[in-house]
Amino acid sequence: MAVLSYERKYRVRGGTLIGGDLFDFWIGPFYVGFFGITGIFFTVLGTALIFYGAAIGPTWNPWLINIAPPDLKYGLALAPLKEGGLWQIITICAVGSFCSWALRETEICRKLGMGYHVPIAFSFAIFAYVTLEVFRPLLMGAWHWGFPYGIFSHLDWVSNTGYQYLHFHYNPAHMLAVSFFFTTTLALALHGSLVLSAVNPGEGQAVKSPEYEDTFFRDLIGYSVGTLGIHRVGLLLALNAGFWSAVCIIISGPFWARGWPEWWNWWLNLPIWR
Amino acid sequence: MTRITASLLALAPLILLGGCEIGTKTVEQVGPRGSGTDLVVHKATTPKVAAVPPPPFELTIDPAGQKASQAYQNVQVLGDLSADEFNYTMAALTNWVSPDDGTLKNGGCNYCHNPENMASDELYTKVVARKMLQMTRAINSQWRPHFAASANGGNAGVTCWTCHRGQPVPAYRWSAAPDDAATLKGKKFGQNTPGMTTAAYSSLPYDPFSSYIADKQEIRVQGPKALPRGHVASIADTEKTYGLMMHFSNALNVNCNYCHNSQNFANWSQSRPQRVSAWYGIRMVRDINNNYISALGDVWPANRRGPHGDPYKVNCLSCHQQNNKPLGGYPMLKDYPGLKGPAAQTMVQAVATTQPAAAPTAEPGAAPAAATPPA
Repeated sequence: MAVLSYERKYRVRGGTLIGGDLFDFWIGPFYVGFFGITGIFFTVLGTALIFYGAAIGPTWNPWLINIAPPDLKYGLALAPLKEGGLWQIITICAVGSFCSWALRETEICRKLGMGYHVPIAFSFAIFAYVTLEVFRPLLMGAWHWGFPYGIFSHLDWVSNTGYQYLHFHYNPAHMLAVSFFFTTTLALALHGSLVLSAVNPGEGQAVKSPEYEDTFFRDLIGYSVGTLGIHRVGLLLALNAGFWSAVCIIISGPFWARGWPEWWNWWLNLPIWR
Repeated sequence: MTRITASLLALAPLILLGGCEIGTKTVEQVGPRGSGTDLVVHKATTPKVAAVPPPPFELTIDPAGQKASQAYQNVQVLGDLSADEFNYTMAALTNWVSPDDGTLKNGGCNYCHNPENMASDELYTKVVARKMLQMTRAINSQWRPHFAASANGGNAGVTCWTCHRGQPVPAYRWSAAPDDAATLKGKKFGQNTPGMTTAAYSSLPYDPFSSYIADKQEIRVQGPKALPRGHVASIADTEKTYGLMMHFSNALNVNCNYCHNSQNFANWSQSRPQRVSAWYGIRMVRDINNNYISALGDVWPANRRGPHGDPYKVNCLSCHQQNNKPLGGYPMLKDYPGLKGPAAQTMVQAVATTQPAAAPTAEPGAAPAAATPPA
């Protein structure tokens, strides 16, 4: 039985990618599936290892707990557990649980007969993570190049890694990613405020229809992308933000080792004005 | 139409890859794992270490031999050398600065000397050379903390070759930047000119030298607290220090992590010993620029001065030439004892009165003893 009346369609049999009927059941409102099992496994193991890492570390301060990748000397080999091996196993668990979640989303999409927009969108976030923690370390030849697990420590890593290339704001893909992130939030703010205005009219007035919403933006900027279209725009902006984030870090090191300002010399050297 | 769009889209990644350097990178971990403090350089485009010319002839030190001051007239700096070693040093100096190999008009001894009267100071180049010999000896005796981290027990030292490399005027030099044009478009406040190598091609201020390595402006712009409280430095000054740091980076072919942990740039206990070398380097270059080069004043002819009339001066690139150790740390000075200068002198005033912003305490070994403030 569905929790909500419109959720009746949720419990549709079949559509699984793996495991057939074996895991095709619900626990309360939650669909399980093969990838629910693997997701739980990786999540519990990874989280337990983070707690273990914190327990053998110097602090329980949640801001300062730090589980760091191995030293450069270990290359792409396994490191001892307390010298980065823990980070390696936790990274496997993280990739495992993120991918499990995306594939469980896919199964649910198949059950509901809807498009794969949600797992595809989430896969961009996974792609950015895997680029940082797996692809770039592989290209650089050592797990050392991944970021550490810790609230402050990963921020320090971001800062130092940026300064490896002198001025990261000159990284062209970073420019694109930052612009897409900011534009995503701007679009969400515009969209959210428009919807809230339309559904919260003044005392005694009727809720405004999308025709009013379109008219507002046609007045303001001469164009309204529409009620469906704004969600497509939002998806495009958000996915590009994640995608160019991945690009901006994978090119830093494997494909460019100098300061990012120097990269732009191709522009200064264009034959038109050099 | 669709086909054209599709082929253009397929080409886009190739065009993007065109801006890459795909070759092997040389990497080094310089800080704790997970901190992101690593050095990365592209192997193929890393500047080669320049060759070091061999000594002019084999020198046999004869303490009982005739002194240069007895054998020749008007020998003011190298008079305590034997006449043989004096000639050896002069021959080397000629090779280094004004070689007689056809690469230079008027090269050889006569670049500085009047062949009719070798003792005469009538050529300005001889007056400059004398000052430069004093400078070289001062660097090698008084500024050794700058080389403390180098090979050979910190005795790498410098010779004329370190900067000159066979040219009368070192290839890498600076003078005060010309004034901006007084037009709306031309007034750029000494920045936003990204083609300048001095700021590593960024739009940061491109003449940090006048302020920091000629004048004694300090680099301490970082606030003591995490949030913007108690700041005293302006954005303009802060950017100028960043411009100077870009110069360091460009001159040594290293990134910021070579000295700093960006978690706290100012904190000495988180910095590498290389930062101590740099701290002494700034003061050494100030000493060179003010007390030796600019001190020559009117001796400099117009063609040895920049657009503001100040003489060509040195910065980090003059010696380093994109190696983190000039000449790969080769201890060239060992073959030229005459350039060592008097041993164990007291530090010059520039070091005695200023000190690193915070004395290194937390991590012993993070900074050499030389960095602790003099009592």
